Amino acid sequence: MINYWHSVTLEKDNCKGCTNCLKHCPTKAIRIQKGKAKILKERCIDCGECIRVCPYHAKKAVTDSFDILNNFKYNVALVAPTFFSQFSIADNVNLILTVLKKIGFDDVYEVACGAETVTEKTKELLKSGELLTPTISSACPAVVRLISLRFPNLIGNLIPLRSPMEVAAKDARDVAVRKTGLKPEEIGIIFISPCAAKATAVKNPVNISKSCVDGAISVNDAYLKIAHQISNINEDEIENLSRSGKYGIMWAVSGGEAEATNSKRHICVDGIHNVIEVLEAVEDGKLRDIEYVEALACTGGCVGGPLNVENNFVARSRLERICRDISINENVKSREDVLWEKPLVYRPVMNLDSDISKAMEKAMKIEEIYESLPKLDCGSCGSPGCRDLAEDIVRGYANESDCIFKLRERLNTLAKEMIELDGNYEITKKKKNEEEQNEGGED
Amino acid sequence: MDNLKLHYDVNGDDFSVAGENSSKVKKMLKQLGFSPDVIRCVAIAMYEAEINMVIHANGGFIDVDISPERVKVELQDKGPGIPDIEKAMQEGYSTASNRVRELGFGAGMGLPNMKKYTDELNISTEIGKGTLVELIVNVK
Repeated sequence: MINYWHSVTLEKDNCKGCTNCLKHCPTKAIRIQKGKAKILKERCIDCGECIRVCPYHAKKAVTDSFDILNNFKYNVALVAPTFFSQFSIADNVNLILTVLKKIGFDDVYEVACGAETVTEKTKELLKSGELLTPTISSACPAVVRLISLRFPNLIGNLIPLRSPMEVAAKDARDVAVRKTGLKPEEIGIIFISPCAAKATAVKNPVNISKSCVDGAISVNDAYLKIAHQISNINEDEIENLSRSGKYGIMWAVSGGEAEATNSKRHICVDGIHNVIEVLEAVEDGKLRDIEYVEALACTGGCVGGPLNVENNFVARSRLERICRDISINENVKSREDVLWEKPLVYRPVMNLDSDISKAMEKAMKIEEIYESLPKLDCGSCGSPGCRDLAEDIVRGYANESDCIFKLRERLNTLAKEMIELDGNYEITKKKKNEEEQNEGGED
Repeated sequence: MDNLKLHYDVNGDDFSVAGENSSKVKKMLKQLGFSPDVIRCVAIAMYEAEINMVIHANGGFIDVDISPERVKVELQDKGPGIPDIEKAMQEGYSTASNRVRELGFGAGMGLPNMKKYTDELNISTEIGKGTLVELIVNVK
């Protein structure tokens, strides 16, 4: 069975049924029904656009609470560079990591180290010439999901590598087992997530059978805990915990990954709608001169994640500041255990029918209905645009009268008919009266 | 059952929208459930042909005819015609102006790519009158 678990969910009570999320969803996965938004689970890629645009905070990402730490004997915080960038004291990475050890974690491990391992394998694969070009980065889980739904021809272009989070999680567990002598399952590897897509990748991964990460706490939740504790730390308590190098840190921002992998002809695209535009171009064979495509769903890269607290431009500048003080990690090894376990599967969720002939009939019907709609794409019907409404009608999820303009037209016709009927009634009444009078006159 | 037919007018003055119709057809084929392979072939061949229409022939119109067995795309323009088709079929051969080349086109891959990605490529052209390009991709 296909697992449709998603981090992105609707807080029904907060939803006003406005069209903000409806309009922004890149995979048209939202409808408004009975005054509330509804997420079409099979289409959602957890990009978090709806979380960002909802003015009523009705869209949220389900993440784990700190209670999850109680499930394990020993907990390691898996910290992405994005997390450092949330603090004005970002350059004091060791302080932030030390505080994490004061709020319930036994140890910390940086995702940046995983990113450096992925970088090495990426370089090796690009050099091998075995990959389809342009090769597309698979670091962003929302982009990977997008490709599995909408770009079947680009599945082969994705570099078949695990995300830095997964690679770091595996290494973090190995380190913890060595340090503590505990069994691997007694150790909790808890990721502090800037986005819904990574929270989903933990619970419902696509290219590995089971994630090495045991839980995902949002940056937002962890930020508050850290903020409360940070002033209680003395200078001499700060441990020397940070291991990441420049390249690993910069993976959190747009352009960082491409620079680390040192590909000569690359494109760095960020923001899900921009990503779609570039993927369309790759699909049309327009980017034959490009070797590598770094594609990140959030504007600015992971620092633009919807679960962060800081503005992505500020966050970027802070990471650049961190990098001024650290060097590049040399001697990172390329490893085989960072490859995917299973290939990505195309999930044709946009198909009209499993039978092409039937799908064609439906497509013709859609065109016909679409021609009769006002083409204002207002969203009042609950579908993102007029064409989507036509599609929903043919799929059997909506009615023509869901369109308020169509409804108004019908009401107008009905009203006219009523007036006519009423007029007819008056005339007949008058005639009847006259006839009665005439009849009376004859008496 | 009737074939699914689509008609598009291609504006020859506006380069910014060139390729828009290939995108629409690509989207439609995905919705219809054609295999990724067929979609790729049609998308690339039609894109090349549509761009050619704008670069060389000042636009025209496109008729797409879809059946479960094959996708046929006809592109009709009122451009200058192709003087030497054999030459135009050679990779790297192009008559594109420098201005067009500066935009990254005119690499001389247009017709060769159309040939490569289709099962049938028929071109009828008349100097000074225009060109009709017919692309057929069969469903295997």
